[in-house]
Amino acid sequence: MFSPPVVRNMSRPRRPASPGALAAPLLGAALLALPALFHVANATPARAEKAATKPAAKAKALPADAATQLVPSYSDSGPEPMLDRIFAAIEQRKLDTALEQTEVLLKQYPNFRLANLIKGDLLLARSRPINAFGALNNAPAEKVADLREEAIARLKAYRQKPNADVVPRYLLQLQSDQRYAIVVDTQKSRLYLYENDAKTGRPHFVADYYITQGKLGAEKSKEGDKKTPIGVYHVTSSLEPRKIGDFYGSGAFPINYPNEWDKRNGKSGHGIWLHGTPSDTFSRPPKASDGCVVLANTDLNQLAKNLQIGLTPVIISPSIEWTSIDDWAKERAELNRTIESWRNDWESRDTDRFLRHYSRRFQGDGQNYAAFAQQKRQVNGAKEWIKVGISNVSMFRNPGKDEMVVVTFAQDYRSNNVNQASRKRQYWIREDGAWKIIYEGAA
Amino acid sequence: MRLHSSQTRATTGLQRFSQLRPAAALRPLLTSIALAVSLVAMPQAWANGPANADSLPEIQRLIKQGQYPQALERVDAYIATRPKDAQGRFTKGLILTELNRPADAIVVFQRLTEDYPELPEPYNNLAVLYAQQKQYDKARTALEMAIRTHPAYATAHENLGDVYAKLASQAYDKALQIDSSNTGAQSKLSLIRELISVSGRPGSRPAAAAAAPTPAPAPAVSATTGAAPTVVARAEPAKPAAAPAPVAPPPKVVEKPAPAEKPEKAEKVEKAAEAKPAPKAEEKKADEAKASGDEAGVHKAVQAWANAWSRKDVKAYLAAYAPDFQVPGGQKRKDWEAERSSRITKPGTIQVGVEDLKVSFQGDKATVRFRQNYKSANLKSSASKVLVLSKSGSRWLIQQERVGS
Repeated sequence: MFSPPVVRNMSRPRRPASPGALAAPLLGAALLALPALFHVANATPARAEKAATKPAAKAKALPADAATQLVPSYSDSGPEPMLDRIFAAIEQRKLDTALEQTEVLLKQYPNFRLANLIKGDLLLARSRPINAFGALNNAPAEKVADLREEAIARLKAYRQKPNADVVPRYLLQLQSDQRYAIVVDTQKSRLYLYENDAKTGRPHFVADYYITQGKLGAEKSKEGDKKTPIGVYHVTSSLEPRKIGDFYGSGAFPINYPNEWDKRNGKSGHGIWLHGTPSDTFSRPPKASDGCVVLANTDLNQLAKNLQIGLTPVIISPSIEWTSIDDWAKERAELNRTIESWRNDWESRDTDRFLRHYSRRFQGDGQNYAAFAQQKRQVNGAKEWIKVGISNVSMFRNPGKDEMVVVTFAQDYRSNNVNQASRKRQYWIREDGAWKIIYEGAA
Repeated sequence: MRLHSSQTRATTGLQRFSQLRPAAALRPLLTSIALAVSLVAMPQAWANGPANADSLPEIQRLIKQGQYPQALERVDAYIATRPKDAQGRFTKGLILTELNRPADAIVVFQRLTEDYPELPEPYNNLAVLYAQQKQYDKARTALEMAIRTHPAYATAHENLGDVYAKLASQAYDKALQIDSSNTGAQSKLSLIRELISVSGRPGSRPAAAAAAPTPAPAPAVSATTGAAPTVVARAEPAKPAAAPAPVAPPPKVVEKPAPAEKPEKAEKVEKAAEAKPAPKAEEKKADEAKASGDEAGVHKAVQAWANAWSRKDVKAYLAAYAPDFQVPGGQKRKDWEAERSSRITKPGTIQVGVEDLKVSFQGDKATVRFRQNYKSANLKSSASKVLVLSKSGSRWLIQQERVGS
């Protein structure tokens, strides 16, 4: 959580100026470079938090001071820790320290535009008072605003890191062969990488990275709307950097937008990738892509090591719901019971019992509920016995308003006259308090 | 042979900050002032009074005449007999700069900083050359070194301000993907033309320096005036080079060591120093009567000067200076005017305000002490300022200009 440092600082008695500092009398003014930054930073999370805590109310809400309880296992790689120190130095009016640290940061990331802007401001503050972030006269306002947004996004994500007791609610269950899962928070401009703990089935935080989303935000609905899709996806392929050009940086990983649910809802568009950054910049503003999720090349390269083509889930949320491990385990168990019940009812060959698990709005493989029900009655009626084995189950909660879970598994269907093994995907939706299948098809 | 006493340094230390920024606004002036500070001397150097004392002034003369190749020849010969001589090597660096041989000049100044790390001038000039080559990081490092040894070194501060501005602009270019390189003229950093804070190398400073065509007062002066006002003190030959404050504070000492209280002494100093003969007044007792007391006229002239500066009217601004204006830094009048002009016409508004004017009259001259409030796009400062004006017909024209009280 951001404290509002500036307001406090302003009322503090001014420290005696150090005689060596040319800009000492300008310090107060130089600080003005940041209030705007911090004020904005303060304003936005308030809204985001409300949105986040509402759905999480069922689960346990994120502890308010979660941000302060950093977890040792969290990686502090990337520029955020340094940025945080720089801004802290500025808050404390240690502009020389801030400049030194900015220069160190720039040594590591020479094309980091945000750091260059801070450097410019800190240098400018030595000769005149500066009263804005990006204080250069006639600075292109849009670009300054972009960098300000980036600063806010990076600092916010760094200072509000979720603690270790919470996991993204979406990662209910990973398949045993899914080693990692990606969860993207578009409002926070952040991508979180989780590892699948094979023993406990619990997702463990690995790293988080700053990302860029679509120019016009999230919730893509049609081709060319410059928005990033919201939903449960996975990486479908890996594109050679040489073939896609410098603009996409060190690599690209397309995801399966539009997925089954998107198509059913008439969403259009294609070519949503996770990709890198052009060589002339370390990163891009928070909202700049045509809908892709863009990472710094160094981050993408790190991430790429952990991606399994066709397997690694990419769940994109406007604002991640975090849930306690207890609530996560409860929800996971409930869904597993529901799926087991569906499997049992299918084996029972009692079609009415089986159909209880399906929504009246069901659609799958070109069939609506009525057609599907009729076909199942026919097939089941002719069977002497049915055995359904399901294994390697993944369950991902779909971000968004609907309570929906995407379930994917290996299905081993055996009956007196037909044996069939396949991978299946189901979308379960909560209707009137019960989980119902609204889509079913091959995965 | 004297140094600033430690007590003096303490005083100037307190003044340092207030002097620093104002000074920066007026770099060219300071160049001369700093230059005048040559008395921050090397006891031994002065005492030894090496041979060929007239060699350097001769070289200076050639430089002034623009005969750089000849000057280079002479200075090489000069250095050949005194390889360690800082003054000679410094002069060579200047000549090479004038000859547009920056790489060679850089080598000369660089070696000077290695041999005499306590001298700020070689660092400053090194920075100027680096900045010309757009190597602003190197320029910055050099200037910060100059300031480390001489925290109140106004020229270095002003130059550093320009370098910071350049570095800021480069950073902004990268940050915002803009190209500001053609907006705003190439900033011109001030080259220091005189080595003033001479190092402690025995024999390294020719006695000639005293006779150099600069207003450097002979060291004997303060000895004779004894109670040289606040700034000058008897030598502490023990630690010459260590004196950290030789530069900015002494302006007061040099041209007029006695600020408000004792202007007479100042004239004595100047006379003794064989600087520009200030007291022409004696010959013009008649004018004196007329001149004296025209306080309103002096006020008006200072105000007009500040106004011309504020509205960036270079012509009117330069017209406020007398034909015999003591151009700072031993610069040529033409060069000085060009530099002023380029500074004043830099983009952005300038506001120059004057307040607390105190006028005193000596002969046909008026000395005005006031506070100058300067504000430009890059700098805001408030400085004590002194103008010495002389009456020419009905107009008061500036004959000397300096910072300090």
